[in-house]
Amino acid sequence: MTFLRRQLPLLMTFVMGIIFIAQYYVPHPVSEDLLTTVSKWLQIIGGFALILGVTSLFHQHAVKIRRKEPGWGYSFVLYAGMLGTIAVGLWVNGKESLNGGMTAFGWVYSYTMVPLQGTMFAILAFFIASAAYRSFRARSREAAVLLIAAIIVMMGRVPLGEYLVPITGDITQWILNVLNASVRRAILIGVSLGAVALSLKIIFGVERSYLGGGKE
Amino acid sequence: MFSHARRLVTHLALVTIAFGIFPAIALAQETISPPQQVRAFDAPSDAGGVIALVWSASPYDGPGVRYSIRMRESEEAARGPDAKVIAEFPSDTRYVRDAKLPWWTRPADRGDHYFPVKSGKGLELKNGRTYSFTVSAVKGQAHADSPVVQAIPEPNWVNWNAVNNLLVVLLFGAVLAGSIYAAKRREIFLRRIPGLDAVDEAIGRATELGKPILYLTGAGDLNEPSTLAAAVILGRVATRVASFETDLLVPHRDPIVMAVCQEITKQAYLEAGKPDIFKEDSNFFITTDQFSYTASVDGLMLRKQPAANFFMGSYFAEALLLTETGASTGAIQIAGTDSDHQLPFFVTTCDYTLIGEELYAASAYLSREPIQVGTLRGQDIGKGIVMGLLVIGTVFATAGVMMGSEWPSIVLDLLKDLK
Repeated sequence: MTFLRRQLPLLMTFVMGIIFIAQYYVPHPVSEDLLTTVSKWLQIIGGFALILGVTSLFHQHAVKIRRKEPGWGYSFVLYAGMLGTIAVGLWVNGKESLNGGMTAFGWVYSYTMVPLQGTMFAILAFFIASAAYRSFRARSREAAVLLIAAIIVMMGRVPLGEYLVPITGDITQWILNVLNASVRRAILIGVSLGAVALSLKIIFGVERSYLGGGKE
Repeated sequence: MFSHARRLVTHLALVTIAFGIFPAIALAQETISPPQQVRAFDAPSDAGGVIALVWSASPYDGPGVRYSIRMRESEEAARGPDAKVIAEFPSDTRYVRDAKLPWWTRPADRGDHYFPVKSGKGLELKNGRTYSFTVSAVKGQAHADSPVVQAIPEPNWVNWNAVNNLLVVLLFGAVLAGSIYAAKRREIFLRRIPGLDAVDEAIGRATELGKPILYLTGAGDLNEPSTLAAAVILGRVATRVASFETDLLVPHRDPIVMAVCQEITKQAYLEAGKPDIFKEDSNFFITTDQFSYTASVDGLMLRKQPAANFFMGSYFAEALLLTETGASTGAIQIAGTDSDHQLPFFVTTCDYTLIGEELYAASAYLSREPIQVGTLRGQDIGKGIVMGLLVIGTVFATAGVMMGSEWPSIVLDLLKDLK
C-alpha cells in the first residue's frame, strides 16, 4: 500500500521528469511524438478530472439547497442554469448555429455568458480606480514614489497629457524601458530559478508534499 | 560620286560595328566564376527535413549578382529539365553570421554563405531521400554553376545548439545538491519574509473572529510550477489551520489541482493530529471559466466574510477583482505570485505580497526543513551566478562593439538562449 501511495508516484515522477528534461534537448521526431502522446494523455486525464470537479460542484450546492443555507436560491439558479445549458447543448449537438440561425445553445452563450463575462471584466475599471485611490494616498515614501511615477506615466500615455507636458512622453518611455523592464527582468530571473529549483526538488523526491504530506 | 558614297557606307558600317556589335560581344562574353567549395549536408540538431548548403564568399558578391539554387530529388545532377529553382537571392545576403548559430555548431566561417533548404510551400524534403543541389551565380544573362552536391536529410538525436542550456541546468542542479548537503551539516540563515511571518497572524485572527480562511491556488494547472508552489504552501497553511481548528475554504478552477489539494489538506490535518475536523468539501471546484470563477469567489468573500485571504499561484485579469473585493471586507490579505504583470495590483490591495521567487521560497521558509532551506540557498547562489554572468556578458558585448572584434562572441554565444 505504501508502495502504491508513495514509492510508485515518486518513481513515476522521477522517470517522467528525467525523460521530459531530456526531451527538451532531443529534436528527433520520436521525442516530439512522445511529447504529443503525453499531452494527449493529460487531456484525457483532464476530461476525467472534470467529472470529479462537476461532481464536487453538484455536491456542494446540493448540500446548500438541502440545508436551506443562506443564499441557497443561488445554488438553485446554478442547478437550473447548468442542467438547462447541458440539455440545450445536447439537443443541438453542441452547435451554436444551425442552418444560418442561432440555436438555443448559441443563444445562451451569446446573450448570457458573453454579457456576464463582459460585465465582470468592465468592473475592473472601477476596481482599478478604487485601488489606485487607496494606494496613491501618499502616506509613505514608497507610496509617494508610486504616485509620482503613476502621474508621469499616465500623462505620457494619454495624448492630451503629452500635448500639455511634452516631456512626459520621453520620461514615460524611460520609466517603462529602463526602470520597469529591468525590475521585471530581475523578478523573472528569480522566478525562473525558483521554478527550476522546485521542479528539480519534485523530480528528485525532495519535495513530496504534493503527494499529500511532506514526511513519511 | 559612287566611290565616295561607298566609302561613307563603309565608314558607317565600321562605326556601327565599333559602337554597336563589339560591346554586345563583350557583354555576351562577360564571365563569372562558379561558387566555390559548395557543400550540402544534413542540417544538425533538428528533427530532419532540412539540408544545409554552404559555400565560400566570392569577390563578386554584391547587389548586381544573385545566387540561384536548384534542387532535384534524385542522385542525378540538379541541372536537368525537372530541376527546380527553389531560391534566388542577392549574393551579398545569407551568410553564416546571419544564421545566429553559436560558434560550436557553426558549419563554416562566419563570412561564408549558408542556406538551409527546408520543407515549405511547394517543396517537401523527406528524411532518408537523396537530394541534389546546384548553386549558380547569376549576373545579367551570364551564369556559372557549381558542381552538383548531394545530401540526405535525417533526424538528429541531440540539439547541440542547446548544450549551453543543458550545462547551466546541470551546474544549477549541482549547486542545489551542494547546498542541500551543506544545509544538513549546519544551520543556514534565512532573511525575514514579512508575508510569511504574517501567516500565523492571519490564521490567529481568523480563529479569534471565528471566521473562515480563504485560500486560492491561482489560475494555472499543475503544469505550472507556481500552482505546485501554491499547493505546497497550502499544506503548510492547512497544518496550522488544523491546529487552530479554523475553517478552511479552497475554491478551485482546475479539477486536477482540486484533487491534489484535497489530498494535501487531508494529510495536513492528519499531521496536525486533527483528522476528525477535516472536511472533504473544504476543497471544492467552481468552474474553469475565468470571470465566472471570479464572480463566485467574490460572492463567497461577501457572504462568508473570511478573516484571511491567501492568493497564491499565477493570476491574470481576475487578480484585482478578487483582491479589491477581499480588501473591502476588511480581511488580512497575503498574496504570492510569479505573474509579474499582476504584482502591482497585489501590492496595492494586499497587506503582504510574496514577489516572484518568494512564492517558491515559502515552502522552505514555513517548514525550516534543512533540505528545503538548502534549496533556497542554492537558488540564491544561482542568482549570484546569473548576476555575475550579466556583468561578464555586458563587459564582453561592450568590448566587442568598441573594438569591432569577433572574439567576445566566444563568451556571448555561451550565454545566449539560456531560457
